[in-house]
Amino acid sequence: MDLFIEQTVSGLASGAIYACLALAVVMIYQAIDHFNFAQGEMAMFSTYIAWYLMDDAGLGLPFWVAFFVCIIVSFIGGAAIERIVFAPISDAPVLSHIIVFIALFSMFNSLAGFMFDFTPKQFTTPFGHEALIEGVISWHRAGMVGVTLIMLLLIYAFFRYTPIGLAMRAAAAAPESARLVGIRVGFMLALGWGLAAAVGSVAGMLIAPITFLTPDMMLGTLLYGFAGAVVGGLTSPLGAVIGGFMVGILENWMGTFVVGSQLKLTVALVLIIVVLLVKPAGLLGRVVVKRV
Amino acid sequence: MALLEIKGLKAYYGQIEALHGFDMELEEGEITAVLGANGAGKTTTLRSICGMVKAAGTITVEGENVVGMSTEAIVARHKIAHVPEGRGTFVRVSTEENLRLGAFTRRDREIEKDYERVYHYFPRLKERRNQQAGTLSGGEQQMLAVGRALMLRPKIMLLDEPSFGLAPIITEELFKILGQINREEGVSMLVVEQNANLALDISKNAYLLETGNVAMTGPADKIMDDEQVRKSYLGY
Repeated sequence: MDLFIEQTVSGLASGAIYACLALAVVMIYQAIDHFNFAQGEMAMFSTYIAWYLMDDAGLGLPFWVAFFVCIIVSFIGGAAIERIVFAPISDAPVLSHIIVFIALFSMFNSLAGFMFDFTPKQFTTPFGHEALIEGVISWHRAGMVGVTLIMLLLIYAFFRYTPIGLAMRAAAAAPESARLVGIRVGFMLALGWGLAAAVGSVAGMLIAPITFLTPDMMLGTLLYGFAGAVVGGLTSPLGAVIGGFMVGILENWMGTFVVGSQLKLTVALVLIIVVLLVKPAGLLGRVVVKRV
Repeated sequence: MALLEIKGLKAYYGQIEALHGFDMELEEGEITAVLGANGAGKTTTLRSICGMVKAAGTITVEGENVVGMSTEAIVARHKIAHVPEGRGTFVRVSTEENLRLGAFTRRDREIEKDYERVYHYFPRLKERRNQQAGTLSGGEQQMLAVGRALMLRPKIMLLDEPSFGLAPIITEELFKILGQINREEGVSMLVVEQNANLALDISKNAYLLETGNVAMTGPADKIMDDEQVRKSYLGY
């Protein structure tokens, strides 16, 4: 029973990270109808920026200063990627988008290795790794869940209660109508990419103290994030968050009690396939009928 | 000078020229009907005014040529509210949020007050204010589209087939309200309609489009009496 509780709680903590990535993926998916395969690598690169801001070999800033500066830099970087790379190909076919996503993926991956080398780096946590509840959860993992929940609440409030948040939802859902009420759709898309990159950067900074910082650290995490997004429904940000947490817990249960830790990642992929076969819209997603 | 003045308007979909260079005017405070068969270029005309298709010629609003300007800029600068074909409802947000979006470009403090102004014309929308807009009936969504346009405090409203898919009784009610809005708020309107009778009823002038050209223009009552028009478009 102790093992069960421990695995569940620790699943909740990694689920928080998957929830962040799932949310970032869904935010962009809603705007441009494509999966951003480079979301994880963007988050990884953001984490390197935070590391550089914090490390004594870099700027040596305190953690929370580096944390917020990194969020802002990531936001600007995400918005810039939309404007420079994706705005010009917005009408291009799916394959062009996929190729560009893959290009971004390998660019960020190599760039991180080139700039910061490939040796794993330690990433500090402001919470500490001591146990919060002995045998159940550490301070850092509790901090991961806490920070994620605060961020998700802020994002929810932003989209729900501010005119800009409303305009962003409108621009993503019905770009033509949005233009007709005077919303600058391109600007809103860039904001969306910026927000997604910022959310991803938080995920990266939270998981790096556990996985160590390497250019490949987000590979598995992104797959779990995709699984979370698919489980919750690609058309529902709330669904993506819930899906992320569910995948985190399920991953730990399966890894501990059923298939063993080697096959954990396979669980995520199987989950994606099963959901797509059984309920393609996901838990909270809706079936969208499109006129062609 | 007319509020809206179109001269030599051509519009293109890729290589294809859809409008072949005609003139059109909308006087301040008036309703003008744009009639014609399918494919005559009615919708394209409205979309050109809003900068949503590639156009050539001049479209002068309040003395400024808007050809080449972005849709967002035209809407914000000249207060042109386009009620598009198919209503363009933001289906996943509430009725009131749809109205809020209509006022997106406004920075004044009267937006809250204007909800009531819209509800005064369309009391049904008030009952549905917190309901997801996608769950509204067709008639209610059309009212919402007009209400959303009103939230801009428009000088000009462009209405594209407001009667589309609506029951006759609802269509009649809608046109009555459009006439009322025109009288009470002085909003000028350009109305594209298949239901020529209804449109001519509330309009002062009318244009008849035929395959990208103006085939006939004049006062609405004259157009209505024209035998050729009656045979081709009014069905009696």
